[in-house]
Amino acid sequence: MDMSFSPEDLAFRDEVRAFIEEKFPREIANKRSRGDMSKEDILAWHRILHDKGWVTPSWPKEYGGVGWTITQRYIWNEECARAETTPLLPFGLSMVGPVIYSFGNEEQKARFLPGIRSGDDWWCQGYSEPGSGSDLASLRTKAERVGDEYVVNGSKTWTTLAQFADWMFCLVRTDSSVKQQEGISFLLIDMKTPGITVRPIITMDGAHEVNEVFLEDVRVPAENLIGEENKGWTYAKFLLGNERSGIAGVARSKKAIERLKVIAGAELIDGQPLLDEEEFSRKIAEVEIDLAALEVTELRTLASESRGKGPGPESSILKVKGTEVQQRITELTMEAVGNYAFVYSPHGHEQPGNNFVPGPDYSIGASQNYFNMRKTSIYGGSNEIQHNIIAKMVLGL
Amino acid sequence: MDFSFTEEQTLLRNMVQGFLQDKYDFETRRKIVSSDEGWRKDYWQEWAELGLLAAPFSEEQGGLGGGAIDTMVIMEEFGRALVVEPYMETVVLAGGFLREGASEAQQAAHIPGIVAGENVWAVAYAEPQGRYNLADLVTTAKADGDGFVLNGYKAVVLGGPWADKLIVTARTSGGQRDSDGVSVFIVDKGAAGVSARDYPTVDGRRASEITFENVKLGADALIGEAGKGLPLVEKVIDQGIGALCAEAVGGMKELNDATVEYCKTRKQFGVPIGKFQVLQHRMVDMFMSYEQSVSMTYMVNMKMDEGDVERTKAASGAKVQIGKAGRFVGQQAVQLHGGMGMTDELNVGHYFKRLTMMDTLFGNVDHHLKRFTNAA
Repeated sequence: MDMSFSPEDLAFRDEVRAFIEEKFPREIANKRSRGDMSKEDILAWHRILHDKGWVTPSWPKEYGGVGWTITQRYIWNEECARAETTPLLPFGLSMVGPVIYSFGNEEQKARFLPGIRSGDDWWCQGYSEPGSGSDLASLRTKAERVGDEYVVNGSKTWTTLAQFADWMFCLVRTDSSVKQQEGISFLLIDMKTPGITVRPIITMDGAHEVNEVFLEDVRVPAENLIGEENKGWTYAKFLLGNERSGIAGVARSKKAIERLKVIAGAELIDGQPLLDEEEFSRKIAEVEIDLAALEVTELRTLASESRGKGPGPESSILKVKGTEVQQRITELTMEAVGNYAFVYSPHGHEQPGNNFVPGPDYSIGASQNYFNMRKTSIYGGSNEIQHNIIAKMVLGL
Repeated sequence: MDFSFTEEQTLLRNMVQGFLQDKYDFETRRKIVSSDEGWRKDYWQEWAELGLLAAPFSEEQGGLGGGAIDTMVIMEEFGRALVVEPYMETVVLAGGFLREGASEAQQAAHIPGIVAGENVWAVAYAEPQGRYNLADLVTTAKADGDGFVLNGYKAVVLGGPWADKLIVTARTSGGQRDSDGVSVFIVDKGAAGVSARDYPTVDGRRASEITFENVKLGADALIGEAGKGLPLVEKVIDQGIGALCAEAVGGMKELNDATVEYCKTRKQFGVPIGKFQVLQHRMVDMFMSYEQSVSMTYMVNMKMDEGDVERTKAASGAKVQIGKAGRFVGQQAVQLHGGMGMTDELNVGHYFKRLTMMDTLFGNVDHHLKRFTNAA
């Protein structure tokens, strides 16, 4: 057992650190959240990494992967979090991309993978439906084969950043006569196709991140079907496994704890820094320890993956513990700013009727971030569902 | 031993409930919150006519002679409807300062304006460096002839944009955090040297940052004795806590009812999700948190007139209870509603946000645990 970095790893770290320092656009770092960023803002870092050839480090080399070791990928994530780079959108890079190179045909690979790598194609995820949340397999959006097309009718919801999307990967029902999981197919849909309507959903923090997507007689060429008809659930589960393994967010949480400590160091309680107060420092310590455990748990999972085991049901631990830590940090950050937690900070999409946002800069959006992060225990398979997965698949209950 | 409400209190509850059911449904509230004004002045006038603004004042003061329990009844109903109008600030807090500490002349000058709905008040007590310590004041009032000159900065003055009168705490002597030397003043928001910058809050209200620059105050602006104001501030904030607990209980009740109802109807895996035992137990915990909060709310409001120690322990204890329960119930209500709980469209997120901010208001769980411990 050895958790230390080799000299080669350390040299790699210096290299990527210098690259990020030189190339990450600082003006973007100052924008608060994705909700305030334009499409090009969100894509800027993606394009820089694409030019460098580093945008798909975990892909197989033949599809544009970098061939980094697990340790190098870990270092890369750490360094990106440390520099607070814009998180890359997962929909193309870690969701549909791996599905396409694993299950797509050669034509599909040639057609879609370059746009995912370059960022020219923006993807969104057509999974959840109003009636199908935790029970995803009950989805009802229907695709009927008519000649060499599918005609799609139904609606998807919680579709993140669909307002910018060029393409949607979509789970559709192609057979209603069989067991739910056996009648689902995986379709790639051009968002410019007639019959698609995107309606914003504003979340309680005021952000416009998610949408409803309505599909009415949307005609999709049959060549956009991934793999076999009615085998979509297999691909969907493969994708969800990938989604969960990235969800722990360890490096970003470390950075968030650092920020929390800076805030607690600046905030006063009876004239002393809040950071020195026993109760509060203890709460920070607790979440720090949870995060330390999570970090090693994640490394153990990655190590077993590198020995050829795919992300197993153990990755549900990363989802549950990772989101609990993220939620706790935003909660403590809100708590740290005291009375200024009351302040509402308007989002980019809102009319700037009142732009006065008082309090120290670090307090801006503190409670809204806390509100927003409540989503993490709901999305990607709710934490209750993750408990069910572990109970069934790991404990055999 | 009697936990029942009087006939008058039941009538009061029915009246408030009736008003809010007719005129304060969630969509109406949404319009109020997003309007330029941010509140309904016409409702305020109706409440004056219905006697709500007079409830806690004595009959000699032009009020109805109600006590903390009457305020509790009103605030619980306000909590259920997520009312944003500044009843807490004007009637409970500013009214509290006037009732508990003001001279007869001051009462005669200011209470009728509240009862009639003519004056709206806000209470400027918090300062950026002070966190929840009511004595941690940098704002000063220096003696000047018969009166005072006020200088300083107050943070997050809730209801500030709607107010024309302010209660302001300031230091007239002593060090920054001394118990002695705190004084309480009545200040016209329109007075020369008072400037306010307004903004919305995350729970659908409005607040102001207020700067006082050489504001001249007459002798009649001082409530009580100079430098001896802290016990009054503590007492009135405790009354605010009693009212806030009732508001929290109202909000939790709505969230719990909505969550149980949702889990009975929302089907996944072919059954209502309320059939899953893990969610059943969660909702039972939410229910127990609510019941414990009701108990603490009754308790604190019955002990409002006890000695300082007894009242402090009751208020801080109740504040800890609703802080913890509000957090748990709010978070779980969102969780059990799934994605819908995250939306601006559904009322659940709005209750959650308000309950979250109730923990911050008047000091959070940590603050009140300490205050409870030190109260002996």
